[in-house]
Order: sequence, then C-alpha cells, then structure tokens
Amino acid sequence: MDKFGYTISKGRQIDYDSNDRRIAEYIYEREPSFRLCIECGGCSATCTTGNFTRFSLRELNILIKRGENEKVRQNIRKCMLCGKCILVCPRGVNTRNVVVLARQAFQKSDDYAV
Amino acid sequence: MQFDPFVIPFNIGLYFIITYVVVRCIIWFRDLSRPDKLRLQRGFFGKPFGESLKEIFLESLIHRKILKSNLRLGYMHMSLAFGWFLLIFFGTVEADVFGDHHLNAPYKAIFFRFFNPDHGRTGFESAYGFLMDLILAFILSGLLLAVTKRFYSRVVGMKKTTKLKITDRIALTSLWMIFPSRLLAESFTSGAYGNGSFMTGSLGAWFSTFLPVRELAYPFWWLYSLSLGTFFVLLPLTRYMHIPTELFLIFMRNSGIRTGDKPGTYSEVQTYSCSSCGICIDACQMSFAAGINTMQSAYLLKAIRKNDDVSHMAQNCLMCGRCDQKCPVGIELSPIRMIQRRMEDSENDFRTVYKGYFRSQQRPEPVKPVMPPSFGFIPEAEPKKVDVVYFAGCMSHLTPGIKNSMVKILNASGLSYSFIDEAGGICCGRPMMLAGLDREARELINLNSQLIWKTGARTLVTSCPICYKVFKESYYLDVEVLHHSQFIGNLIRENTVKFNFLRKRVVFHTPCELGRGSGVYDEPKEVLSHIAKLEKSKFEDQNSLCCGGSLGNLKIDSRDRIRIATQTAAELTKGDPDILATACPLCKKTLSAVTGTRVADIAEIAAEALVIPRQQRNIAKQIRIIKELADIS
Repeated sequence: MDKFGYTISKGRQIDYDSNDRRIAEYIYEREPSFRLCIECGGCSATCTTGNFTRFSLRELNILIKRGENEKVRQNIRKCMLCGKCILVCPRGVNTRNVVVLARQAFQKSDDYAV
Repeated sequence: MQFDPFVIPFNIGLYFIITYVVVRCIIWFRDLSRPDKLRLQRGFFGKPFGESLKEIFLESLIHRKILKSNLRLGYMHMSLAFGWFLLIFFGTVEADVFGDHHLNAPYKAIFFRFFNPDHGRTGFESAYGFLMDLILAFILSGLLLAVTKRFYSRVVGMKKTTKLKITDRIALTSLWMIFPSRLLAESFTSGAYGNGSFMTGSLGAWFSTFLPVRELAYPFWWLYSLSLGTFFVLLPLTRYMHIPTELFLIFMRNSGIRTGDKPGTYSEVQTYSCSSCGICIDACQMSFAAGINTMQSAYLLKAIRKNDDVSHMAQNCLMCGRCDQKCPVGIELSPIRMIQRRMEDSENDFRTVYKGYFRSQQRPEPVKPVMPPSFGFIPEAEPKKVDVVYFAGCMSHLTPGIKNSMVKILNASGLSYSFIDEAGGICCGRPMMLAGLDREARELINLNSQLIWKTGARTLVTSCPICYKVFKESYYLDVEVLHHSQFIGNLIRENTVKFNFLRKRVVFHTPCELGRGSGVYDEPKEVLSHIAKLEKSKFEDQNSLCCGGSLGNLKIDSRDRIRIATQTAAELTKGDPDILATACPLCKKTLSAVTGTRVADIAEIAAEALVIPRQQRNIAKQIRIIKELADIS
C-alpha cells in the first residue's frame, strides 16, 4: 500500500496486543457502570480540576479502556473527587468511584511510581 | 454446705465471664492513649461517675431512649435487661434473708428454690415469692416478644431485624432457654412440694396432676444451669458482649473520650457495645428507599468484630448520619465508618477461637507510599483585601441560580466582599476526606486556607453545606464561617437588608451535612419563616431525610440514588407546597430532577424577596442613563 502513497500513522494506532487492559478490567469488575460511558465529555466540561489544567476524565476513560495507562497514571491523582461529573453524566456513570478505583489499581500494580 | 453438681456449668460460666471482662477492660485501659487514660481516671473518680451510674440505670437497664421512640421494642429490651437485673438483685436478697446463712455464693441465689424447696408458705415469705414470680413473668413477657420478633419483626414495630451468625444463634437460644427453664424448674419443684406463688405455684399444681413433677424438676434445674453457663461462655464471641462493654463505654463517654479519626480503644469498645438491635437498619434510607440491606451500621460493626474485609461496606453509605441520631447506645457510627474508610485493605488474619476472644486490635499501620503533591498545578492567586469572602463551592457552580442570588444579596448588603471562586475555585477537600484520602484533602485545605488568609477577611460565607462542614471542622482559620442561610439570618436580624414577605407555602428540607453534620437546624427555618410561609413536614431536624445525592457514598448505583431522591421528594411534598426549599446545591440538583414541585435554595427565595435599597436603585438608574448617553455619542 505504501506504493500508492498510503501510510499508517504510528502515533494513532491502538495496539491491543501490547496494551495493558488490567486497569480497565479492575474497574469494570468493581464498577460496572463504567461500561455505560459514551465519551460525551460532559464530565470534562464541568470539571473543577479541568478548569486549571488539561485534565480530562473523558480522555482518561478512553485511555484506560484502550489500555494505554501511562498518561492515566500521571494524571489520575489530579482529580479532587468533587463529584460534579456525577451530576452531569447523562449515563449515570459513577465517575467518582471510577477515579477512586483507578487510583487503587495503580497503587496496587507493582510498578507504581509517579 | 448446700451443693449439687448441677450448679457446676453455671459456676464455670459465671467465673469465666467475670474474669474475661476484667481482663478485657484492663487490656482496653492499657491501650488507651495517655490523655484518654487521664480523662478516664478523672471521670471515674470524679463528678461524671454519678452521671454514668444514672445513664447506666436509664439506658442499659430501663432503655429509656428505645422506650421513647418505640414503646413495644423498648418494653422488650427493658423487660429482659431490667427484669433480669431485678431477678438477680431480689434473688440475692432473698437468699441472704431467708437462706441458712448470709453472704452466699451466687449460685445459691440463682437456684434458691432448689436448695430451699419448702420455702415460701407463710406471710412475708409468700409475699416475697409473689414478687419473684412477678419479675419472672415480666421477663417472660419480654421474651415472648423477642421470640416473636425473630420470626415476625413487625410485632415490635420494626421492618427489619438483624441476621445472625451461628454462634449468635446458639447464644440466643441459650438466652431464650434461661427463663423458661427456670420457670419450669421452679414450677416442678413447687408442684412437688405444694407451694409456690401465683405463677410457679399454680403451674406446678397443674403439672402435678398429670406429670411426675418430683422426678422432672432435677433435669430442668440442670437445663437452667447449662443454658446460663453456655450463654456466659459464648458471650464474648457474640453480640451479647455489649452487655458488659456498654457499661465501660458509658464511663468512657462521660469522661469526655471521643472517637477521633484513628482506630483505637474507644472505637473498639463502641464496636463491641453494639447490640445489633437493628434500629439503625430501620433508620437507613438505603434500606427503606433503595432496598439495600447489607451495609447498615449494625452489619458494619459486626463485620469489624469478625475481622472481615469491610472496605466496600464502609464506602457504601450516604453518611447522612440518621443512624447516629437513632442509635440507642449512642455509638458514633459515622466516625467509625470514616476510620474504616481511611484504613487500607488489611490482610485478613486467619481466625482461631482464641482470636475471637482476644482480637488483636493494634493492627500495624499500613505504610503509605510517599507521593509527590497531587495538586501542584494549581496557580497561586493574589486576592484583594476584603471583609467578607464568599466561597460558592463546586456544586454551586452547577446551580448558577444560587450563586447569582448570593451575589445579589451581598451587593444589597453593602459589605465589602469578594467572590473568591467566581471563576471556579478548587474543591474544599471534604469529598476527598469522605473517600478516605486525608492526605490529599489536607493539601486542598492548605491551598484554600492560604487563599482565604491572603484576603484578610473576618467572615467566610459558603453556599454549600459540604464546604461549610469542612471549613468549620478541618480548617484552622481565624475567620467566622457561615453558611449562607446563617449569613442571611444575620442580615435580617441586624436589619441591614430588607425582605418582602412572599405569599408562598414552603417546606424545608434540611441537608444532612448542614443539619446532622454541623448542627445548624434553626437558622435556615428562621430565614424562611421571615420571608415565606414555612410549613412543617414529617421529617424535621434530626429526623430529616437525605436527598440521595450525597458525596459520602462512593458505591451506590445511580438508579438507587434516584429511588432515594424520589421517595424523599414525595415525602416532603405531601402537603403540596409551592416551593420545596433546601440549603444545599447538591440537594437542589438531586431533588429538582425527581419532583414536579419547584425546588429552590434558601438564597434564591431570599433573593426573590429582596428589597433593593432605594439608593442602589437610583445609582443603577444613573449608570444606565450614562451608558445610554455613551452609546449615543
């Protein structure tokens, strides 16, 4: 295909073989409503932390589900758990628990270091 | 020497339990912190001693609190506790007065009729026998209620009763056996000797018509002694440990010892003082509105006693505090739950019978990894110097009506104020605390404290009861913290701002964090009755309901939240008021989603009733004219 001028842009490729889905599984098991998320971004729009920095729960949700955990690991502890995202979520995702569980999961995984 | 082998089980049980309780109390005392030890000593040898004795009599024996709230349930507890006490007391006196000599061993009082079968035929003796029969009848009537409650809890006006584990069942059965076996043993003996009072005597006479009572009496005395012995030996493994522990608890509480935020003796004593009466289950909205019956305080305490993993259970609670208010033992249930939230998941140590009797309460503190600060990204602000700081809180930013109303009222008050989180501030830290993350909460508290300190303000007004509670309790600031309902109340009292009277019927919903959480009950109602027609609901003050939106619960499903909110809104709008008033942005948001009635915050109603001072109105007019002129030119 390269001959025809098509390329695969590496940066956007989701490689499920090398990605680590354990964090996502950990959360799914304990908070099933996490599956309901439609990535609408309501949570990010109202976020108290997002007001100060580029923290987006929507982005982190997508990354967790893909299994690209590194960015989540670096950012998840910025959440203040204020709970506004629960109130705006149209799907009734228990977002605070998702964040708490993600924190726990990273803490439990051996290579925890920020 | 009067003795018979059948008293041996009773003696073993009695001396075992006395030794055990003494050893346990010594261990508890040893594990107290130094200041608490001093408090307890001062309390024990000082003025609180009398109060403690009074409380023990009123609460542990009479069960006054339960009687007040539920007569039948109170009667059940009272007849068993107070009745048993009377039986022991008058039994001892009887053995002392009518026995062959004074100062007898306890078994002689308990089995008095066996050793003195010919007693109670004449005058005073028979009157005394009548009294003893009366007490036994009193206990048996309560026991009848208790047995029925086990199978049909509505009989004592309770919807739910606690589920029991196997040792509890054995202990419960032995407790139930004690009094009927005493009744039968005494009746058979009376029947054989042709004496006894109105109950044992007539029952014995009736039995003797068709039963060999003389032969039957002895095995029943054995049964009586065995059930007493079994009950005493199993007591430390079961919820009946509350009987001795509650006495210790009352002394500790009256000495001024409080739960605090770390696990310690006091929280353990409270854990063992729970009798699993189940009053907290009936009070819990998770139970009666959402049908969740696994996480109530009685179950939590039981799981803690069993060393189970309670992390999920501890977090699955609205923290509304209704159970704290209702607990007849006065256990600080919410603080105990918070302690469990703060603890990391501990490895379950394997259980042995020894562990059951002597649970190691000094668990090693889990080593938390040292982590860099989480909120380093928050920029430092340079606020202007003012007298009053208004902190709307995260939730108020989702209900702009509240913050806009507050701005209107603050403008009308003419005070120099600054709306400190107008562009969106940081969280107060309470939600972090509720999730058990105290270190992170402390970080937020420090950031907010700096900001408020920099303004040099003397008063901090907040619109959110969640923020109010944490500002009041966990911030070390030299400012007066006011919830906006208190602030508006002050304005009314000082006559700074004038309000019209709205011809609307209003029902007030007390937010949990403001009412039970911080003890602010009257101010919001005073404000409301000043500006509108305040009506009463069935759930006022301490008995108020939770809206279901609480940040305290990390685990609850959104559907269950809606069920709780729907029921709360339905209960409060029964009188069909014009406005369902509340004083919390979270309550407003939750309740307005489930009811057709208008839900408004107290600030919004006040802003509606606000009379804009003439001077300000004139200035506003001038400004408008100037602006119009500027536009033309």
